[in-house]
Amino acid sequence: MARVLVGVKRVIDYAVKVRVKPEKNGVVTQGVKHSMNPFDEIAVEEAVKMKEKKLASEVIAVSVGPTQSQEVIRTALAMGADRGVHVEVPAAEYDLLQPIHVSKILAKLALDEKADLVILGKQAIDDDANQTAQMTAAVLDWPQGTFCNKVEKTDAGLTIAREIDGGLETIKTKLPAVLSADLRLNTPRYATLPNIMKAKKKPLKKVTPKDLGVDTTPRIEIISVEDPPVRQAGAVVADVDALVAKLKAGGHI
Amino acid sequence: MRFHQGLMQMRRYATAVTLRQFGHAHTQTQTQAITHARRGTETTVVRTLASSASPLPELTQISDNVQRGNYAQLNDKDVAHFEQLLGKNHVLTEDLEGYNICFLKRIRGNSKLVLKPGNTQEVAAILRYCNERRLAVVPQGGNTGLVGGSVPICDEIVLSMQRMNKVLSVDEVTGIAIVEAGCILENFDQRARDVGLTVPLDLGAKASCHIGGNVSTNAGGVRVVRYGNLHGSVLGVEAVLANGQVLDLMSNFKKDNTGYHMKHLFIGSEGTLGVVTKLAMLCPHVSKAVNVAFIGLNSFDDVLKTFVSAKRNLGEILSSCELIDELALNTALQQFKFLNSPISGYPFYMLIETSGSNGDHDEEKINQFISQGMERGEILDGTVSGEPGKVQEIWKIREMVPLGLIEKSFCFKYDISLPLRDFYNIVDVMRERCGPLATVVCGYGHLGDSNLHLNVSCEQFNDEIYKRVEPFVYEYTSQLKGSISAEHGIGFLKKDYLHYSKNPVAIQWMRDMKKMFDPNGILNPYKMLN
Repeated sequence: MARVLVGVKRVIDYAVKVRVKPEKNGVVTQGVKHSMNPFDEIAVEEAVKMKEKKLASEVIAVSVGPTQSQEVIRTALAMGADRGVHVEVPAAEYDLLQPIHVSKILAKLALDEKADLVILGKQAIDDDANQTAQMTAAVLDWPQGTFCNKVEKTDAGLTIAREIDGGLETIKTKLPAVLSADLRLNTPRYATLPNIMKAKKKPLKKVTPKDLGVDTTPRIEIISVEDPPVRQAGAVVADVDALVAKLKAGGHI
Repeated sequence: MRFHQGLMQMRRYATAVTLRQFGHAHTQTQTQAITHARRGTETTVVRTLASSASPLPELTQISDNVQRGNYAQLNDKDVAHFEQLLGKNHVLTEDLEGYNICFLKRIRGNSKLVLKPGNTQEVAAILRYCNERRLAVVPQGGNTGLVGGSVPICDEIVLSMQRMNKVLSVDEVTGIAIVEAGCILENFDQRARDVGLTVPLDLGAKASCHIGGNVSTNAGGVRVVRYGNLHGSVLGVEAVLANGQVLDLMSNFKKDNTGYHMKHLFIGSEGTLGVVTKLAMLCPHVSKAVNVAFIGLNSFDDVLKTFVSAKRNLGEILSSCELIDELALNTALQQFKFLNSPISGYPFYMLIETSGSNGDHDEEKINQFISQGMERGEILDGTVSGEPGKVQEIWKIREMVPLGLIEKSFCFKYDISLPLRDFYNIVDVMRERCGPLATVVCGYGHLGDSNLHLNVSCEQFNDEIYKRVEPFVYEYTSQLKGSISAEHGIGFLKKDYLHYSKNPVAIQWMRDMKKMFDPNGILNPYKMLN
């Protein structure tokens, strides 16, 4: 029976309109509602399902970030994870934290916790990097199954259907391994009331990157964060002839 | 048609939400979906024709044996006059199906002309002309009404308000917004939200319905328990009377105690006394913290206890208290696979929302409310969330319930106010009366306002089941001194039943009033009064 480590990132809720700071050095996060990265919810769901099928013995939810990251760990615990690890990175440093740092942290934790499987969301909806799972696998030198659409346990390891452009690819991998969850892997459950209550009592350990021996010195500098260009307003034309004339004038036909 | 469009929009939106929820970098479309949803709920108005999947209903004039009123017949000269007045683009004489058929596909009129005025003066000029010519007119907003009030019954000219869609001003300090009648509710709300306010009205059809229609029908929705109904929120209206006179009852103040409070006559009179063209709305501040609980309960008795507990413990932050019964939920879940219910297997579900200014405070309150309910064994299971995405997902379940019932079957919909103690009995009574004739008999609605949506659906409309349901449902409601129309209005479908909720003296005064405002009866005929 395997021990599963899942990564859960706290991001600005997908239903919130993101605003760029006036200084153009980032987006407004103060007073903005956050929630678990939706792809990470899928990762948690997959891990919890494995536990329910007795394919996993324990599910550990890990989040890297400021104090508030504990909120998403609690959500993961309420969804069925057994315990949490919060790797605390102060807010100021967190802005410049990158997948390279996070993957080293996750890799170290995977070894420390003797995990056989690491499941991560394929990307976070804030930075859209889509790198952490791949880098974690590289740091650990474990096989990777990215963009998972379906994961099945077989004697030798896992059979994974991966989402590729226009179809699926089926691969086999041995354990230990790193997986990244794609959109259609499952539908995450809601945290139900009894489980939300139970989650409050589940253990949550706090560590720092330093404790894990990971150097989180920034490797990038943010030069500018800009709003996407505003779409130009359309115009109503009187009839088809006018439309054709306009299109011609604009060089579209 | 509009209804269909609304539905498609909801579906598209739902799909967008589902996709966006899992933000995706692989494909452009999905990224767009994310952006789209992030930006809230922008509405593109595309009018599509009635779905070819379902056959057109019979013309209502024939099916309901309606005697055409003594109105003039529309002729080419009239059309030419309107074309000159509004411009050719705003006078439609073809492809009018979407304007002729009601949301429920129950009513089908036979209008040959749709007019789209762009301002109050044009509305006034149209009505003046129609009044002189004795041409009947039906004002139409988003056409999402459920009682056939916004569609022509015979050949009335459709006065579509869709071009008068501007939010004229939103005052951040006073909270007063001035808006044109044809503004889509969701767009209005979006504009208000830009300055931290919100429209005190929210309902499932928000992506299609017009604020003018909402006011004309005194629409209720899911926030009445918190903000009261529109008689309180609407500070003033501008209406055009049948003779083309513009009646300016606008106000920029919460308090104005001068003379008869005539604006109220246009709130809920369903376009029979005048056409609302503009209004002033008092908008509350957007709540910084919104939490939603979706809970399962075993009996209606527990529902009532939970409601009382919600009022007592959530008090000033309670902003919605909705009931959904098992069959209503399951029907929606079957029809719309993208819906994901947090829990299943309970006879009753409640959706309870709190809105407040302090997240921690609200969370503590709602958690306490829930744990007390669970300790007492009233609340059995459920979920609670303050994350905007989850809040939307949970609300979507409630919003899709009415659509689930009409998706693949014919549905008798009743919207009644009943004393809370007897609130749910009628569903059981009706289930027994209809037996196997009905596919689903269920109830859901605004528990917090004593407002039940009773639904009886069957494969196809047939007389046998119709006779079991009506007029029984009205008699039953009347006996309990309930209202036969809590929020949908009277329109065409309920005009014969008005007497179950209003006495003869009151009805006579209504007739007299109608006569005074509209002596020729050109405004929305065949509606409200029989």
